[in-house]
Amino acid sequence: MKVKSNHSVLRSIAKGIGILALTSIFSLSAYADDTLLNVSFDPTRELYEEINKKFVEAWKKKSGKNLTIQQSHGGSGKQARAVIDGLEADVVTLALAYDIDSIVTNSGSVSKDWEKAFPNHSTPYYSTIVFLVRKGNPKAIKDWDDIVKPGIGVITPNPKTSGGARWNYLAAWGFAKKKYKTEEAATEFVKNLYKNTSVLDTGARGSTTTFVQRGIGDVLLAWENEAELALSESRKANGGTAQFEVVYPSTSILAETPVALVEKVAAKKGTTEVAKAYLEFLYTKEGQEIVAKHFFRPNDAAILKANVAKFPKLQLFDVRSIEGSWAAAHKKHFADGGLFDSIYGEAKK
Amino acid sequence: MKLIFRPYSKTSFGLSLGLTVFYLSLLVIIPLSALFFKSATLGVSGLWEVFSEDRIQQALYLSFGAGGVAAIINLFVGFLFAWVLVRYDFPGKKILDSLVDLPFTLPTAVAGIALTTIYAPNGFIGKYLTPYGIKIAYTPIGIVIALVFIGFPFVVRTVQPILEDLPKELEESAYCLGASRFQTFTRVILPELIPSLLAGTSMAFARGIGEYGSVVFISGNLPGKTEILPLLIVTKLEQYEYAKATGIAVLMLVLSFTIMFGINYLQNRASRRLG
Repeated sequence: MKVKSNHSVLRSIAKGIGILALTSIFSLSAYADDTLLNVSFDPTRELYEEINKKFVEAWKKKSGKNLTIQQSHGGSGKQARAVIDGLEADVVTLALAYDIDSIVTNSGSVSKDWEKAFPNHSTPYYSTIVFLVRKGNPKAIKDWDDIVKPGIGVITPNPKTSGGARWNYLAAWGFAKKKYKTEEAATEFVKNLYKNTSVLDTGARGSTTTFVQRGIGDVLLAWENEAELALSESRKANGGTAQFEVVYPSTSILAETPVALVEKVAAKKGTTEVAKAYLEFLYTKEGQEIVAKHFFRPNDAAILKANVAKFPKLQLFDVRSIEGSWAAAHKKHFADGGLFDSIYGEAKK
Repeated sequence: MKLIFRPYSKTSFGLSLGLTVFYLSLLVIIPLSALFFKSATLGVSGLWEVFSEDRIQQALYLSFGAGGVAAIINLFVGFLFAWVLVRYDFPGKKILDSLVDLPFTLPTAVAGIALTTIYAPNGFIGKYLTPYGIKIAYTPIGIVIALVFIGFPFVVRTVQPILEDLPKELEESAYCLGASRFQTFTRVILPELIPSLLAGTSMAFARGIGEYGSVVFISGNLPGKTEILPLLIVTKLEQYEYAKATGIAVLMLVLSFTIMFGINYLQNRASRRLG
């Protein structure tokens, strides 16, 4: 009796599977040859809307083919993970080199020397970290030294979850290391910075909301384009006068936002040529002008100069000059047991 | 007699059992065992390292602590709500009744943002509390409030039908036999409700431990202070530490399962006593 009932359970499972297989007929949508997927990070949403429109026109003129470009935006780390886990991106345009490196090591769909594939370490545009302060700058914040003073409220996201926050952190670290020379002094500096932080949002946009909408803190460390965006939103909401000001510190980090071709996917989909052309388009005069319009700093010296009112000159240092590479910087500062963990462990006490 | 043992024909039972088992394995058993296998790549020492990390332990206390406090608050508030909705008639009752489900339907991130707007130092309620030095948003109190919000329909919706179906005669006979109002409540009504109260509270608790969306906005995410366990999982994922992330997930799973098992046991005992 028992054997028989076991048998019938098995049989009924098999039956269940059969029924399900019958009912769930997946419609396998065939790939259209002229579809590109650009997996990017949050603040580039508006930028790529315009880039895509212009590139589709240009591509039509050049090859006579219709092209659809799909966009995907989110936190840079999350986006990289989606690509690793199989999201079929033709190109990735992310917030930091470390995220593209992770795609290389975790899935191998991007070639190991992606950084050499396009000019300027595959960085068609870049940004930097600036301060956003309240109108009239009541706490007189001029430079990095001012934001670590006791009593200043600093808003920055959590470097463990946000690419932008890692740029903020490294900008402060690089400043302190250059000014005070020793690692101890730089550590002390960053520690004081996080002592002044009362909210660590998970992403850059969240921090902007905390500072702008909730009115918390005296200074927001932000991407240059994010700060400009907050400024223009505030102008819109308050009839032309913004409730905030952007302060440019004496020196900051060269926040390189790299792009790469996802070779394996593009080869499979047969889009290598168009994907390459798409990334190259970012380097053209037209592409660079759109980049500048959306407050990312263009590589093209002439276009940067033409927009000098938008992009005041400041001294920029890159990650390579302070830590060698992104991988080294990540390991030293942000990995588990890294400097950020120990700084926070002590700042708490 | 036969009909009682086998009320439905065997074949249809077989098919439904097959589908049930298939779905369950597809949706629950296979993913969860994958979780265990993934975390197994860490090895015992690796897992131990994850569990002994300071930040994780603090987050663990916070997640389970705040979840527990919120569940207990929900127990009382939810019971009160259910009581009022069942026992009293008043204008707008229907609306109030449907409002209870709102936390179910609202994306939790929206709830988190809305609560933060209200309780932030410059918020609608927060600004009156700040002068007295009371901070709600970006402290554990804020987390508890978020968890109370998302958990409270569970208690209301599990207790409500039981309370509705409670026979009037029970109370009437208690009165007739000379019980006071208080005695009727504690000796007659409450024991009937205990299993459903426990069930609702445990569901609210379960939801609270795993809650992410609403909490990340109101908590401030300060390491060691207001960081919850699900955030740490996300943190590990952002660093491509897949094994460590699943390690935390396994820890949560085992703890939650133990607690749920305990509550279920209590609940069974309570309902068996009523027999």
